[in-house]
Amino acid sequence: MSDRAMGRIGESVTRLEDPPLVTGRGRFAGDINLAHQLHMRLLRSPVAHGRIKTVDVEAARAMPGVYAVWTFDDIRDVPPIDFREGRIEKYEPFRQYILARDRVRYVGEPVAAVFAADPYAAEDAADAILAEFEELPAITDGADAPGAFDDAGHRTEADIVTQGYGDVEKAFAKAAHVIEREFVVGRHSGVPLETRGAIGHYDAAHDVLELHGAAKVPHRNREALARMFGRPLNAVHLFESHVGGGFGVRGELYPEDVLVCAAALRFGRPVKWIEDRMEHLLATNHSRQQRHRIRAAVDADGRLLAIDDTFFHDQGAYIRTHGARVITMTCGILPGPYKVADYRATGHFRLTNKTPAATYRSPGRFESTFVRERLMDAIADELGIGRLELRRRNAVGPEDMPYALPLVVLGDDVEYDNGDYVGLLDKALDHVGWDALQADLQRRRAAGEAVGAGVAMFVEKSGLGPSDGAKVTVDPSGAVELITGGASIGQGFETCMAQICADALGVDYRKVRVVHGQTNRIEFGIGAHASRATVMTGSATNEAALLVRAKALDVASDLLQAPADTLDIQDGVVFRKDNPDGPSVGLGEIATQLLPTRKTLGGREPGLMAEGWFHSDHQTYPFGCHIAVVKVDRETGHVGVERYVIAYDIGRAVNPMLVEGQISGGFAQGLGGALYEEFVYDERGQPQSVTFADYLLPTAREVPDIELLLREDAPSPRNPLGIKGAGEAGVTGVGAAIASAIDDALQMPGAVTQLPVTPQRLKVLLDGARD
Amino acid sequence: MKPAPFQYHAPKTVADAVALLAAHAGDDGRILAGGQSLVPTMAFRLARPAHLIDINNVEGLDCIAEAGGRLCIGATVRHAAFHKPVTAGPLGALLSAVVRHIAHYPIRQRGTFCGSLAHADPASEWCCVAAALDAELVARSARGERVIQAAAFFDGAMTTTLAEDELLAEARLPLLPEGTKFGFQEFSRRAGDFAIAMALVAFRVEGGRIADARIGIGGAEPAARRIAKAEAALDGAAPGKDAFAAAADAAAAAMDPMEDVNTSAGYRRDLVRTLVRRALEDAAAA
Ligand SMILES: Cc1cc2nc3c(=O)[nH]c(=O)nc-3n(C[C@H](O)[C@H](O)[C@H](O)COP(=O)(O)OP(=O)(O)OC[C@H]3O[C@@H](n4cnc5c(N)ncnc54)[C@H](O)[C@@H]3O)c2cc1C
Repeated sequence: MSDRAMGRIGESVTRLEDPPLVTGRGRFAGDINLAHQLHMRLLRSPVAHGRIKTVDVEAARAMPGVYAVWTFDDIRDVPPIDFREGRIEKYEPFRQYILARDRVRYVGEPVAAVFAADPYAAEDAADAILAEFEELPAITDGADAPGAFDDAGHRTEADIVTQGYGDVEKAFAKAAHVIEREFVVGRHSGVPLETRGAIGHYDAAHDVLELHGAAKVPHRNREALARMFGRPLNAVHLFESHVGGGFGVRGELYPEDVLVCAAALRFGRPVKWIEDRMEHLLATNHSRQQRHRIRAAVDADGRLLAIDDTFFHDQGAYIRTHGARVITMTCGILPGPYKVADYRATGHFRLTNKTPAATYRSPGRFESTFVRERLMDAIADELGIGRLELRRRNAVGPEDMPYALPLVVLGDDVEYDNGDYVGLLDKALDHVGWDALQADLQRRRAAGEAVGAGVAMFVEKSGLGPSDGAKVTVDPSGAVELITGGASIGQGFETCMAQICADALGVDYRKVRVVHGQTNRIEFGIGAHASRATVMTGSATNEAALLVRAKALDVASDLLQAPADTLDIQDGVVFRKDNPDGPSVGLGEIATQLLPTRKTLGGREPGLMAEGWFHSDHQTYPFGCHIAVVKVDRETGHVGVERYVIAYDIGRAVNPMLVEGQISGGFAQGLGGALYEEFVYDERGQPQSVTFADYLLPTAREVPDIELLLREDAPSPRNPLGIKGAGEAGVTGVGAAIASAIDDALQMPGAVTQLPVTPQRLKVLLDGARD
Repeated sequence: MKPAPFQYHAPKTVADAVALLAAHAGDDGRILAGGQSLVPTMAFRLARPAHLIDINNVEGLDCIAEAGGRLCIGATVRHAAFHKPVTAGPLGALLSAVVRHIAHYPIRQRGTFCGSLAHADPASEWCCVAAALDAELVARSARGERVIQAAAFFDGAMTTTLAEDELLAEARLPLLPEGTKFGFQEFSRRAGDFAIAMALVAFRVEGGRIADARIGIGGAEPAARRIAKAEAALDGAAPGKDAFAAAADAAAAAMDPMEDVNTSAGYRRDLVRTLVRRALEDAAAA
C-alpha cells in the first residue's frame, strides 16, 4: 500500500521518545515536585571503617526549616535491604541498613538523614550534625587477607563461589604447557548523566505508597518495598519518569529510596531526594574490581585442556540487591567462545571498606573477557602460535551448536544457541583489511612509531527468561496502547517495542503509545537490565499484538464478508488481499464494534485488546569481536585509539540505528574502563575519585567513532523473531582488545595485565623494560 | 553540593570593591571573578566565604591595553579574550596558543586571567605564563597599590603573597620582542583537564645562537617557575637537538615534583623532560 516507513522490524526509524527530550519537555526525577514536599539530605560517613561513637543531631534539629533528623534509632523497624532474588541466608549478615547501625564501613555510607523545607536548609543542617567515629583499620583490597566484618564473628570473605566441570588437576598433570598469569580489572562503574533521584509519597486517600524516580526494575523494587514495609503489593506503586541513563547502577533499590518512602509514610508529606554528583561517585554502586590468578593447561598445539581461575572479587562494604550475581556470572561465562575441556573457577567474594559494588553494563563479561583474552594472547605468545590462529583452533564451531556447558549464568544453565564465531572473526578481519593493516603497522613501527592492533572475541548473553507479558489495546480512534513491565533508560525501549507491535499488528509504529515503568498499569515486569527487554518484552509484545490482530481479522471478516485468512492489515486498515483498493475497515472502527455496549460483539470478549506472554527456557547468546588499533606515546604513556571495529551478530536487529547507538555508547564506557575510569582509594580507604576532575570519563575528544559490522547471520532459535540482545556488546571486549593492541604497539607481549592502562602505569611498564 | 550561606556584594567601582574587601577580609570575604574555581569549591563546601564580593560589574576592570612595552590585563578579562591574538606581536600569538589548553570552551567564557593567578592552581596555564614571562601583578587595596613580581607572587599550591584585603587589579606581561620564538606543551589525561605537567619556552636566535631563553614549568611543582639552569643550557648555544636535550635534562633535574596516588614524582620529572624538549622543538620549527 504505502511505501513510507511504518517502523517495521529492521527499519532504522527515528525514536518515538525524542520529541519531548529534544524540546526540553522531558520529566526527570528532578522535575517532579509534589505539594508540601520535604527535601532529604544525608550525612555520610567520612571514615572508611569505624565505630559510631556519637551522632549528635540536636543542633541540626533546631535549625530553621528543619522538619526532622533521623539516625539509626529512628528507623530501627526497617529491615536491611534484601536481595532481589529473595532470601540468601548466608549473605544476610552483609546486607546494608538504610542508616548505619553501629559501624560505618565505607566513606559515603548514610549515617543520618535530614528532612527540611528546601535542599539548602537540609544541607546546612546535615553540616551541623556532630558525628564522631572511632576509626578502625580499613581493608582496601579484596585480595588482602580477610578480617572481621562485625563483632558477631562474620568474616569479610562472605563466600567462595565455585563453578566448573571435569578433572582440572588431571588435565594440568598431562598438559604439554601450563601458562599462568595474574590480571587485574580496576574499580569503575556506570555514571549516568542524570544522578539518582527518589520522591516518596504516601497517598493517604487511597492508602498507597508511591515512589517516583524509579528506573530499571520498578516491579522488583515494588516487591522489596512492600516486604520491607509490610504492605500488600497493591498498596505500593513505583513510577518511572524520564531516565538519563541507567547502565545497571541506576534503579536498583538503595538506602535513599527506602528512606524517602519511610519518611513519606511517617510524615504524611512527600519527601524528595536528588543525588549530587559527589554522592553519586561515593554512594551509587561501583563495579568490576577483580584480581584473577588464572592458569591454562594446553597441549602441544595450543588446544585448551583446562582453565583454572582463582579470583578475588572486591565487593565493597555490603552485599546489595544483586547478591552474588557478578561473581557467579564471571565464573559462568569466562570460557566464552572457546572449548575448554576441563574448567574450574573459584571466586572469593570479599567485603572491603569501599563503596558496595554490583552490576554495571556487561557485568562479569567485561572482566572475564579481559582475563580470558589476555590468557589466550599469553598462550599464543608462549607457544609461538599466532594470536588469531590460537583462537581459531579453540573456538566453538557452528557444528557444536547448541553448545551446552555445565555452568550457570543468572540462574540459567549455559547453552549457546547458535553462531559461527570464527566466521564472524573472519568477516571482521576482512572488514579492517587485516593483512594490509599489519603491513602498515609494521612499516610504521620500523619508522619508530609505537602502533599496534589487538583482537578480542567474546560471547554475550541476553534475553533472560523465564517469562514476560505485555498488553495491547486498540481504542475506537485507532490508537494503540502497549502496556509493558519494561523500563526505558534511554536505550530506545519505546521505539523498539512500538516497532515490534506495529509490525505484528499492521499499524504505523507512531500510532503505538508504549507504557513502561508504571507498576499500577501491569502486574508483572522485568524492567530493563541484562539485555533482556527486546528479547523478552519484545517477544511478549509480538504475542499480544498477534492476538489483537487475529481478533481484529475475526471481526473484520464479519464486516467485510470475507474469511479472515483472505484479509491483511496495513497502516491500521483491514482490507482484502485480493482487492486492496476495495472495501476496508479501520482498526478504530473494529474497536468500536467491540465496545461492551455493542450488539456486534457476538460472543466475543469486549475490547480490541489482548495480553500476550512469552516463555523462554534459556537465554540467547549473541557474540562478537572487537579490533583495536592504537598508538602509544612512549614518552608520556598516552594511548590514542586510531581505529576501533566491532563485529556483532545480533540475530535480528529491530532497529539497526538504535543497535548502533547502544554499541557506540557501550564502547565509550568500555574505553573508560580500559584507559580512564578508576575509583582510586588510599590506604586508609579514603576515596580519591569523588569528582569529575578525578574520575575521568572519556570525552568526545578521546572516543573515536567506531566502525560497526552488524550481522544477522544467526537469528536466535529461542524466540519467534530471532532476536538477541544489544545492550552490552559494545562494552564487553574493549579492555581485552585495547590491552592486546598496546602489547602489539610496544612489541612487548603480555605487557598489559591491569586495567585501566593509565599513562602512569604504562610508563612503569616501559621503564621496567628500559632498565 | 549546595554552598553554605553567604552574603553577596556587587560593587560598581574598584574603590568600593576594595573597601568591601577591607571590611570583610577578616571574615573570609572573597572576590568572585569568573567563579569557575571558587563556585565549585563552594558547592563542595571546601570554601565557605561569609561574603562574596562580585567584581563582574566593576567598571574598568575588563580592559586589555598596551602601555610601556607591556600588555595590561584587567581583573575581569576572560580566558576567551585570548582566543584571537590580543596584540600583533609574539605575545599575542603565545597567549592564543596557550589559552586553548585551559579547560573547556564554556569555562573559558567566564573564567578570568587574573582569577587564575589569584587562585594559583599549580597547573594553571596562566600561572605558568606569568612565571615564565616575569609578569608584574598590580595589587589594589584600601591601603593603596603595589606591584608584585611574579617570582615573588606565587607561594606554593593555591597560595600567593596577595594580602587578604588585596584585589589583583591587573596583570602586566612584557610584549616580547619581535623574533621571539615560543613553544608550549602540556600533558593531561584528557583534553581540557588540568595538566600533570607543562612547559612554556621562549627564546630569540641571534647570529645562530640562542638568546633570552625563558623556560617556565607548571603543574609539576606546587608553583610554576622559571628554571634558570635549563635556560642557561640554552643561552649562547646553537638551537638544535643537543641544546634542547641539555635544557630538557636540566629542567627535569631541577624539579622537586609533587606526588599523588596516581602520579609519582618520577613520572612528572620524565614528563617535564619530554615537554621541554618538545616545546623547544616546536619553537624552533615555528
Ligand atoms: C572543569 C574545569 C576545568 C578547568 N581546567 C583548567 C585548566 O586546564 N587550566 C586552568 O588554568 N584552569 C582550569 N580551570 C579553572 C578556570 O580556569 C578558572 O576560571 C580559574 O582557575 C579561576 O578564575 P575565575 O575567574 O573563574 O576565578 P574565581 O573562581 O572567581 O576565583 C578563584 C579564586 O581567586 C580569587 N580571585 C579571583 N579573582 C581575583 C582577583 N582579581 N583578586 C583577588 N582574588 C581573586 C577568588 O576569591 C577565589 O578565591 C578549570 C575549571 C573547571 C571548572
